[in-house]
Amino acid sequence: MNPEYQDILLAHSNDIIHRWMNELEDSKLKEYKSTISDEMIEQVNREFVNMIFDKLKNDSSRESIEQFSERIVNLGWPLGYLTGGMQSFRSICIRTLIEKIDRHDPETFLQVMDDVNQWVDPIKNELIDAYSSNWSNIISLQKVALQELSAPLIPVMDGVTIMPLVGTIDTDRAKLIMENLLDGVIKNRADVVLIDITGVPVVDTMVAHHIIQAAEAVRLIGATCILVGIRPEIAQTIVNLGIDLDKFPTKSTLKRGFEKALEMTDRQVIKTNDHDDKVVDDIIQSIDKE
Amino acid sequence: MKGALTTVPIYKEWDIVGARQSGRNMAKDLGFSTVDQARIATAISELARNIYLYAGQGEVSFEEVQGDTPVGLKIIAKDNGPGIDQISKVLEDGYSTSGGLGAGLPGVKRLMDDFDIVSNENGTTVTVVMWLR
Repeated sequence: MNPEYQDILLAHSNDIIHRWMNELEDSKLKEYKSTISDEMIEQVNREFVNMIFDKLKNDSSRESIEQFSERIVNLGWPLGYLTGGMQSFRSICIRTLIEKIDRHDPETFLQVMDDVNQWVDPIKNELIDAYSSNWSNIISLQKVALQELSAPLIPVMDGVTIMPLVGTIDTDRAKLIMENLLDGVIKNRADVVLIDITGVPVVDTMVAHHIIQAAEAVRLIGATCILVGIRPEIAQTIVNLGIDLDKFPTKSTLKRGFEKALEMTDRQVIKTNDHDDKVVDDIIQSIDKE
Repeated sequence: MKGALTTVPIYKEWDIVGARQSGRNMAKDLGFSTVDQARIATAISELARNIYLYAGQGEVSFEEVQGDTPVGLKIIAKDNGPGIDQISKVLEDGYSTSGGLGAGLPGVKRLMDDFDIVSNENGTTVTVVMWLR
């Protein structure tokens, strides 16, 4: 940038900052204002403008821009705040320069514009890049978190494993379910796997198809699948759709499914404090006799 | 609300979920029972998935309609895809060109009260209605 212009801008920085802040006051951040305090806006605006001027003096790094963008993302402010702020900053700088320079020929005007653009545009681009990469970071982190929750397999006792499914099943998740199911069955040496669909909002043909395929695959490796958690309305839609689920047992609740699983693995639940009950019965009987 | 038309574009797999949710919300507002809401959501799911799988992109619209019975929910699934070659075939149970169950369209026909399908080389439009009982 032309050193002459740079000196003018730095000399009048307070004036520019003042005008810019006033202009931002009327900007569209107003729509959000009800939730943000004035001090907060003022503070962030000041950080914003200081960062731009630091860049002019060449002692600001890419990091400070990234930090500022991250801050805006964390505050939940729109991208429009950054782009709008940069635009009004640009026009104020051009106006200030034109006012302060005595020459008013078109040549000078174009030069001023070019110089200011060369200064402002890279900052704007870096800000937008940092803002959007911050967002995509958040999204990919959430994707990973979601995937971890996606298809857990819980061994409840020797040979019996449960896979609770919650939420919508899409193609990616269906693949994950199948993989986890087969891996888990082999690793836990399960004889029976309970797939619980209580938390699945809609069972359409695709979801049903994936469940049927998973159950078939489980059967091929020597275990049995029981589908549990079929709500009444889901049962009706499955019948209406004409989906055939009779290749494997199905139960309405996890409890019934678990009982079935115990039966299939030749087990049953026995109450251990039967002895206590007997003592109580004896006492009651002895009282009755008296 | 009356005659209001809501349109959900379908481009990605997750748009199916979006379409399903707006349809279910509308059904809830109109006073459909939980079972009917589940039927409507399932039907939307099937129609939207057909758009996503076979046409790539399209849209699903919802409309409140007045008829002989008090009120109904109309769902229009529209795409500009290649169209369906043999409509009578796809309405048979077990026919699928993508290795699926082949229960989608015949299932939707059974889930909803009215069913209409128009398909040619310029695309496919499926219109279904469920009446409030």
